[in-house]
Amino acid sequence: MKKTNEIILAIETSCDETAVAVIQGGNKILSNVVATQMEIHQKFGGVVPEVASRHHMEQITLVMEQALEEAKVTMEQIDAVAVTKGPGLVGALLVGVNAAKAIAFAHQKPLIAVHHIAGHIYANRFQAEFDFPLLSLVVSGGHSELIVMDEHGSYDIIGETRDDAAGEAYDKVAKALKLPYPGGPQIDRLAQQGEDTYNFPRAWLQDSYDFSFSGLKTAVINQLHKLRQKDQTIDQENIAASFQSSVMEVLVEKTYQAATAYEVKQLIVAGGVSANKELRERMEEKFKDSSIQVMIPPLYLCTDNAAMIGAAASIQYHQEDFADLSLNANPGFML
Amino acid sequence: MKVLAIDTSNQPMSVAVTENMILESELTVNVKRNHSLQLMPAIEQVLEHASTSIKDIDKIVVAGGPGSYTGLRIGVTTAKSLAWSLDLPIVQVSSLKLTAASLLYMDGYVSPFFDARRGNVFTGLYKVSKGSVEQIIPDQNLSMQDWISKLNEREHPITFISPNADAFKEEIAAQFQLDYQYIEHTLNIPRAGMLASIGVNQDADSVHLIAPNYHRLVEAEAKWLEQQKEE
Repeated sequence: MKKTNEIILAIETSCDETAVAVIQGGNKILSNVVATQMEIHQKFGGVVPEVASRHHMEQITLVMEQALEEAKVTMEQIDAVAVTKGPGLVGALLVGVNAAKAIAFAHQKPLIAVHHIAGHIYANRFQAEFDFPLLSLVVSGGHSELIVMDEHGSYDIIGETRDDAAGEAYDKVAKALKLPYPGGPQIDRLAQQGEDTYNFPRAWLQDSYDFSFSGLKTAVINQLHKLRQKDQTIDQENIAASFQSSVMEVLVEKTYQAATAYEVKQLIVAGGVSANKELRERMEEKFKDSSIQVMIPPLYLCTDNAAMIGAAASIQYHQEDFADLSLNANPGFML
Repeated sequence: MKVLAIDTSNQPMSVAVTENMILESELTVNVKRNHSLQLMPAIEQVLEHASTSIKDIDKIVVAGGPGSYTGLRIGVTTAKSLAWSLDLPIVQVSSLKLTAASLLYMDGYVSPFFDARRGNVFTGLYKVSKGSVEQIIPDQNLSMQDWISKLNEREHPITFISPNADAFKEEIAAQFQLDYQYIEHTLNIPRAGMLASIGVNQDADSVHLIAPNYHRLVEAEAKWLEQQKEE
């Protein structure tokens, strides 16, 4: 059954993007279709799970069809069907999982269940081959993790957030600044025009690679309250720059310490927040004199997509790590 | 014509294969289990019992709501993905109509209903007679109390049927003023064999447009619309 240049149809519906991709040999994108619901959720100020699930349901066959068409392949040419099993919103995940099971069964193809974070990490495999051991910093709306990999498919979480994920703190601070959803890109944009004048706290959590962002978030919100109570003008640019500076300093420093301690050959930055301009610049600057290769995916592979799920699935395909038809979504799926 | 029919609208799950209106195989489960886990293996099993490959199926019929949002999405996503990838015609049938159709050979008015929580129901009114089922009042979401008042005005006996065992039994006894029957287990559990026979002659729907009829807005959407009206 195994072949080296396998073609995988991959599906990702863990949050608010209905995404389907066709990937060849684990690192070649034949198609990568993403139907985003961002505008739909904007009016609610965040992703509403039931709304997201309903939209996935309406989009799923259309997006699958477009992905096959763009890749110029038929279902018969597909070697396996891959899908995000979790973590994510359960109702959203269920649409992808049930669609994947149905088409895998209809065409008698092996089914591969992929961890969403493994997907984010493997988004980098479109850039260069992995060189182990490697360290991955995964930062998104739901995750802030430092993961060491000694080989393909092996994940050792050495640090994670104890409260808010970095992206979550961004969204909450953006909300407090009355910026439209999603807040991350807005704060990054404002921060470019401001300076770190507020010197918000940095949560270093001694002797640990864990993160904590809720104290920082609270400090920013309190500061805004104070300013509003005193009727002082809020310098959005400086607030944004100060907040972002605090997040970035901790992310970059802890990542550097971990990368050095674990003597890794590569650093992979993954997840939605890896689209952040300042994070990309600071990380490259920090590692510029080190022998560690820094890999950050191009912007279109930072946010949720199915190409990354196909890349991670390729490893599982060769390890013959297949799921059966009783596969279920797992919103709390552990790496 | 071989039909594969799927219903996961509520707690019961039912899957069947029929050929030329004759039931070949059916699996109906009514225990609190996970449809996402069980549906695909059930489809595989039902096909196997009918000695049929999925490639031999000519049409797919799915119960398209109302019902449990998650349950509906599991059944409809599966049905629609099968239909799309095998290029098969697909038909969506009201889950309430299917429930009423259990009483196809009765002569009279049937109110199938699903518990929609907090005193509400998904319901509609159907007339059954001589093997046919016809909709009289469209499927909707309202409080059981309002529904009973509406039915009281009609001045004819009603047969109530619901897969939610004993749901609203006391309310109906206390408030419905005319003759009625309350269908007890096990006729209240919708069966996919019946679903296949009421859907088989229905014109196919466009596969990409198939989506459950939830009959209720998401709360956040309802609130947002309300705000728009006020502004």
